[in-house]
Amino acid sequence: MNQETDFNALARNSGEWLRGTGPESDIVISSRIRLARNLADFPFIRRCSDEDRDSIERTVRARMEAIEDWNDIRYIDIEELSEIDRQFLVERQLISREIADADGSRAVAMDPGEQYSVMINEEDHLRIQVMQSGLDLDAAWARIDSLDDQLEGSILYAFHEKYGYLTACPTNVGTGLRVSVMLHLPALVITRQIEKVFRSMQRINVTVRGLYGEGSQYSGDFYQVSNQVTLGHSEKALLSLVGDEVVPQIIQYERKARAFLVEQNQQDLHDDVSRALGILSTAKKISSEETMHYLSKVRMGVNLGLIDDVELATINKLFIHTQPAHLQKLHGRMLGSSDRNVQRASYLQRHLHGEQGEGEFN
Amino acid sequence: MKCQYCEKPATFHITELTEPNGPKVMHLCEEHARNFLQKEATSPVASVAGALAKQLQLGQTKAELEELDQKECPVCGISFFEFRNTGRLGCPYDYSFFESDLIPLLTNIHDATEHVGKRPRRLAASADSQARMIQLRREMEEAVELEDYERASEIRDELKRMESDLNQPAPEETANGNEDEANSPEGEDQS
Ligand SMILES: [Zn+2]
Ligand SMILES: [Zn+2]
Repeated sequence: MNQETDFNALARNSGEWLRGTGPESDIVISSRIRLARNLADFPFIRRCSDEDRDSIERTVRARMEAIEDWNDIRYIDIEELSEIDRQFLVERQLISREIADADGSRAVAMDPGEQYSVMINEEDHLRIQVMQSGLDLDAAWARIDSLDDQLEGSILYAFHEKYGYLTACPTNVGTGLRVSVMLHLPALVITRQIEKVFRSMQRINVTVRGLYGEGSQYSGDFYQVSNQVTLGHSEKALLSLVGDEVVPQIIQYERKARAFLVEQNQQDLHDDVSRALGILSTAKKISSEETMHYLSKVRMGVNLGLIDDVELATINKLFIHTQPAHLQKLHGRMLGSSDRNVQRASYLQRHLHGEQGEGEFN
Repeated sequence: MKCQYCEKPATFHITELTEPNGPKVMHLCEEHARNFLQKEATSPVASVAGALAKQLQLGQTKAELEELDQKECPVCGISFFEFRNTGRLGCPYDYSFFESDLIPLLTNIHDATEHVGKRPRRLAASADSQARMIQLRREMEEAVELEDYERASEIRDELKRMESDLNQPAPEETANGNEDEANSPEGEDQS
């Protein structure tokens, strides 16, 4: 299939993991599990020749295409993509920044609903990933476990009796499993308790990271919680650490903080989220950071019932679709940053007005 | 008000609610607040380097480390020095070849040295036969380069044979006559 048409269709839709459904979806955006796997008969990526990389890509592709359940799979050759299309896939969280910026043969395969993807020739030969809306690690695990089994049926993995699945970096060896839960924690940020969360993380071997990676806590109040170790614990135990122990605790803190805000200054809060929606739906130029900042407030407003005519799924989608590469794909051409700010504002206006009916914020 | 860690003005006031003891307030400048928040986001290279540094403190001498740095994997050629600098290994065989040097590292990173959890349903290749396959593949590429296609196709057949040996569910045998022959570990002692 033509990659260009494929991408334009992709740009107009959004992944199922953004639906805003699933357990705890007022706070949990998505659950993601990835498995790192390597082929037994090739060196790790760093030591691969160009022929090796080509050969891995061809082998894996052929084997994936032979899997019957996967006949609707979309296979994208990353090496052939333009810079902007790579960025687009990064924004969509289908590929990593590392594989986007790398050289040589590399690819990604995904299902049409974007619930799973397999990166080929990233840091490891295979990075299998499953995304799920809300906090639903059991469903995500069931799916990735079966994908892994199907791949293993025709690909010989590098596996060691004692050390488990062998990976290029010893930080991933063993299960090769990284489970990441994306949380929206605006009330913990507003009430300045987010540090408490970070503190408790340090004790229990999980990692926290800001979603958009800039290191600022004002990038939209999104935090990703993941397991730190991969060896010496079963997959189920790692999932349970994140999904049954750590995340529910953070959810509880965030709920308390939200309740506290509502109770203490409901009027201020209502004013704040309504202004945020007002700015987003009337601005003529708006930067990406500002958009994130206000979308985060609106998202909380929707979840607290202070804004009732915007869908959660719309807000989730706007976070992704207002990023630079998405705007440019949707607009059909390259845009400078000031043009992007104009396009972003108009995109927001169209989507928020479509939802909330006429005139409410004019 | 000044930052708790430096002379700059504190612009972040973070209240920590430690349940039994009541609220505790921290005052930090932007830089220290950011450092604090980012501390957990360590890169693999940093955590490998960190774990190795700890290992050095735990009694490995500088001379020992220098000797270790020169050690090179016979399969992929990576030196321990290169691994130390990049945080990435060169091939699956490195886990066997550098095993005694990696164990303290794994302990530091994972607080464990043994895999618990999922295993491939197929027979896993032994470390030696995995190494042998990587070597054969390299020889095959070289043969193609030298246009020795006969040799290249011999190697390809051997690789296929090795892979089909492993192509069965572990641990029982299937009652298929063809596979008995394939079960003799042909390539295994050659490396
Ligand atoms: Zn400071
Ligand atoms: Zn090696």
